[in-house]
Amino acid sequence: MKELICIVCPKGCRLKVDEENGFKVTGNSCPRGAEYGKNEISDPRRTVTSTVRISGSHLKRCPVRTSSPIPKNMMFELMDALNSVELHSPVKRGEVVIENVLGTGSDVIVTRDM
Amino acid sequence: MKYELIVIGGGPAGLAAAVSAYQNGLRRIAIIERDLQAGGILNQCIHNGFGLHRFHEELSGPEYAGRFIDMLPGTSIQLFTDTMGLEITKDKRVHCVSAKQGYQVYEAESIVLAMGCRERTRGAIGIPGDRPSGVFTAGAAQRYLNIEGYMVGRRVLILGSGDIGLIMARRMTLEGAKVLACVEVMPYSCGLSRNIAQCLNDFDIPLYLSHTVTDIRMKNGRLSGCTVSRVDEKRMPVPGTEMDFDCDTLLLSVGLIPENELTRSAGIEIDRRTNGPVVHENMETQMEGVFACGNVVHVHDLVDYVSAESERAGRAAAQYVLNGEASGECITLRNGACVSYTVPQLIRPDNVEKAAEVFFRVNRIFSASRVSVYSNDQLIAQYKREHMAPGEMERIQLPKALLDKADGEITVACEEA
Repeated sequence: MKELICIVCPKGCRLKVDEENGFKVTGNSCPRGAEYGKNEISDPRRTVTSTVRISGSHLKRCPVRTSSPIPKNMMFELMDALNSVELHSPVKRGEVVIENVLGTGSDVIVTRDM
Repeated sequence: MKYELIVIGGGPAGLAAAVSAYQNGLRRIAIIERDLQAGGILNQCIHNGFGLHRFHEELSGPEYAGRFIDMLPGTSIQLFTDTMGLEITKDKRVHCVSAKQGYQVYEAESIVLAMGCRERTRGAIGIPGDRPSGVFTAGAAQRYLNIEGYMVGRRVLILGSGDIGLIMARRMTLEGAKVLACVEVMPYSCGLSRNIAQCLNDFDIPLYLSHTVTDIRMKNGRLSGCTVSRVDEKRMPVPGTEMDFDCDTLLLSVGLIPENELTRSAGIEIDRRTNGPVVHENMETQMEGVFACGNVVHVHDLVDYVSAESERAGRAAAQYVLNGEASGECITLRNGACVSYTVPQLIRPDNVEKAAEVFFRVNRIFSASRVSVYSNDQLIAQYKREHMAPGEMERIQLPKALLDKADGEITVACEEA
């Protein structure tokens, strides 16, 4: 039995995940919590947010994020990948910066019109 | 030209209030924003987790703000950026200044105060020691890093477990800094549990509860180390428990203060519990036609609730301009056992459609518990809770039928189940 704090929403439910019984989750108050509990044990993932260089705007950094959660152990690799990105204004929210980043199936997208 | 509504502040609260006022029939609306662009603090909150209630998806701060900014072009709302509100007078004139327009005085029929809040600083908590560079509030560091692109340090200690501090622990770590620890003077964390999990636990950053920074040391003008001590029940440092941290940066996440200079200048009554204006059910302050919403009223933990509250303020401003002042008997809300404040503080049942939403915070941690609502010592409603903590804002809905029965005052209290 593993105890976790659910990070799906700000409520922060205290989950118990039974690894021996098909990752059965208790303590959740919604179906997304059950899914999170199961994934957190078998394949933990996080949405990563950061900034990349941008030129031609009044600011020097443009905020970006992964379009979906990526494997937790790839967070730092993703940060390295972002270092080589340089955008040019104008960019639009949702615009893809890196497609299928590191083969995760997730894209890096712009999160602010600049 | 006289505006029907002037909104002070173009952050999430001001944007939602202005759009809501427009949707409810006002046309001459202006937003006064001191930054170069609208969006407020959300622009530097590049992390995700915004909008789950509002949009049913997980957005970053700039994305959440962007959704509201995108609503402006289809409206007649004027946005004055790079413009600082200086004073509000009793006859609803708004004095402001900008490099482009100089000193301006605008007349308004109604005003929405949406100035947000600012951080408590080192001075507010009186940490002893040297005064080197390298001591930042967490939000200032967040702005340097996320907006300006400056890395503020390499070896970081964080004082206070508020959400911004936790978010910055993760952010600095991802950017290559070593975050040595997060230190919290209270015996519990002040941030959301999910942030303890995903910002500290994910990166094995230790959290020291009932500890505080008791010395700051300097070398060549820069922070060179901090001493952390355990504190007793009275929050006094315990001699002999000192730990030294070899760090070059100290981030402070030690509370937020609603920014009410303009409110005070207008002579509007402030609630000492929230440090924000006293408001009615429709977010109207004690001054007729002046409304307030968002963090200037009380510090929220979720922007989704700010938007909802601000839409209520915007709608009420529209109703005020179009139909005149709301009237009716007033119920006073009081905080009972273990409740540190309520917002609103005043409810006019005649002005409530179905139910009044009441926000409050508890002053200690609760497991299975009950929120009890009394009127003149009579229990009139009860709500169950699995868990409550001071770091998490609570809310209850008081149905109109119940308010009609209440006699002059209502007390909200919490107790173990």
